[in-house]
Amino acid sequence: MSEMVREYPMARTCPFDPPAEQTENGPVSKVRIETGATAWLVTGYQEQREALVDPRLSSDFRREGYPSRITTQARTRSFISMDNPEHQRQRRMLIKYFTVKRIESMRPAIQKVVDNLLDEMLDGSGSADLVSQFALPLPSLVICDLLGVPYADHDFFQRCSSVQLTMSAPMADREAARDALNGYLLSLVESAVDNPGDDLIGDLVVNQVRPGHLTAGEVADMCSLLLIAGHETTANMIALGTLALLRHPDQLAELRESDDRALMASAVEELLRYLTIVHQGLRRVAVEDIEIGGAQVAAGDGVIISADAGNRAPDAFDGDPDELDIHRSARHHVAFGFGIHQCLGQALARLELDIAYSTLFRRVPTLAVDASLDEIDFKDDMFVYGVRALPVTWNTEADR
Amino acid sequence: MSIEIDRDTCVGAGQCVLAAPDVFDQTEDEGISFVRPDAPEGRDGEIADAVDRCPARAIALVDR
Ligand code: SF4
Repeated sequence: MSEMVREYPMARTCPFDPPAEQTENGPVSKVRIETGATAWLVTGYQEQREALVDPRLSSDFRREGYPSRITTQARTRSFISMDNPEHQRQRRMLIKYFTVKRIESMRPAIQKVVDNLLDEMLDGSGSADLVSQFALPLPSLVICDLLGVPYADHDFFQRCSSVQLTMSAPMADREAARDALNGYLLSLVESAVDNPGDDLIGDLVVNQVRPGHLTAGEVADMCSLLLIAGHETTANMIALGTLALLRHPDQLAELRESDDRALMASAVEELLRYLTIVHQGLRRVAVEDIEIGGAQVAAGDGVIISADAGNRAPDAFDGDPDELDIHRSARHHVAFGFGIHQCLGQALARLELDIAYSTLFRRVPTLAVDASLDEIDFKDDMFVYGVRALPVTWNTEADR
Repeated sequence: MSIEIDRDTCVGAGQCVLAAPDVFDQTEDEGISFVRPDAPEGRDGEIADAVDRCPARAIALVDR
């Protein structure tokens, strides 16, 4: 290949669009990553789906050649970075908590959380930060309740998780944040050993720790993943999705006026596709020589699957993939990944987004962003994309 | 045509239930997908969608 080898990750130029350079060298190209190593960048949608189901690509970051970010010394390991059969064994312990039906049964409880948060927010002056007052507490409260983590400690674990996910934060800080969060979760698991609650940690203690299938430390690692994934990602989608919809007032008006639940479901899928907040690629290492989209990938080569590019790939979706269109059939997007590691919590994420957007726009019809786009602080330096704050206003008279 | 689900590979993502809720469901104790005994005839489009969206490639259509 004669093209110049680009650096990865690349910065976004438009806050809503993945970097255009990602696809300039075709659906599979060589890039140089943060550590100085080279890896294959897969941006084509079909190529991504094929790669993500290929068992010859490993998720195990301990393997030689794995395209690591500049990361902390990995002391913890959860099923997200395991291959089968180990991955399947651990994931199986959790699936029943995240089935479509079980999550749907949480609808009234989540609706109540949303209503309470909005009551508090609207009680104020007619302006608020949507992130700290709504988008972040909602998924935090929900995942804490599911896991059995006291929400009272939210300042602590939100800070730990945010530092861990910030690429630009000093390594020592990120390691300290990881260790603090894991220590905290370990003490929760250990106290559950004597006194298990009616929650996910209690269940894992009774069914996995006591019979000796998992150690308390392994459960703490698992819970760290669930806690971080369960609030950071959804919070970012709520705030960023709100911002995107406010910038498309016609589609927002249509959503607000329709009581067709299918339209909101379709809008949620489209926002997941359009925004693709996991914007630093899903990372794998080849354990055998394989071919991906015509490229000869050798055993030991790193492979990065950039879901944000795949979700904007031409020909993968009807119409113009760079346009937000709530009527588009977008359900086959790869925003939750694909293959055996596809997001475990996706039904919960969908439900929270559905309730959050529909309640917010119904209760606050005059909601507006109180900042220009270049005043908004986008999380370009984090593993999960979003906004740090979203100042909003509404008309207290009209929305009473 | 009959639907076969590889229970060993299913990762419980529930895409099949979203694609064809009349046809697929997940067990309460494990969260693994199964074909509902009361699944209606037809639904070919939805089933094809479920096959396409299953991230673990756990659903197969086999000729009987
Ligand atoms: S979509 Fe596939 S992996 Fe997910 S529950 Fe259905 S059969 Fe299992």
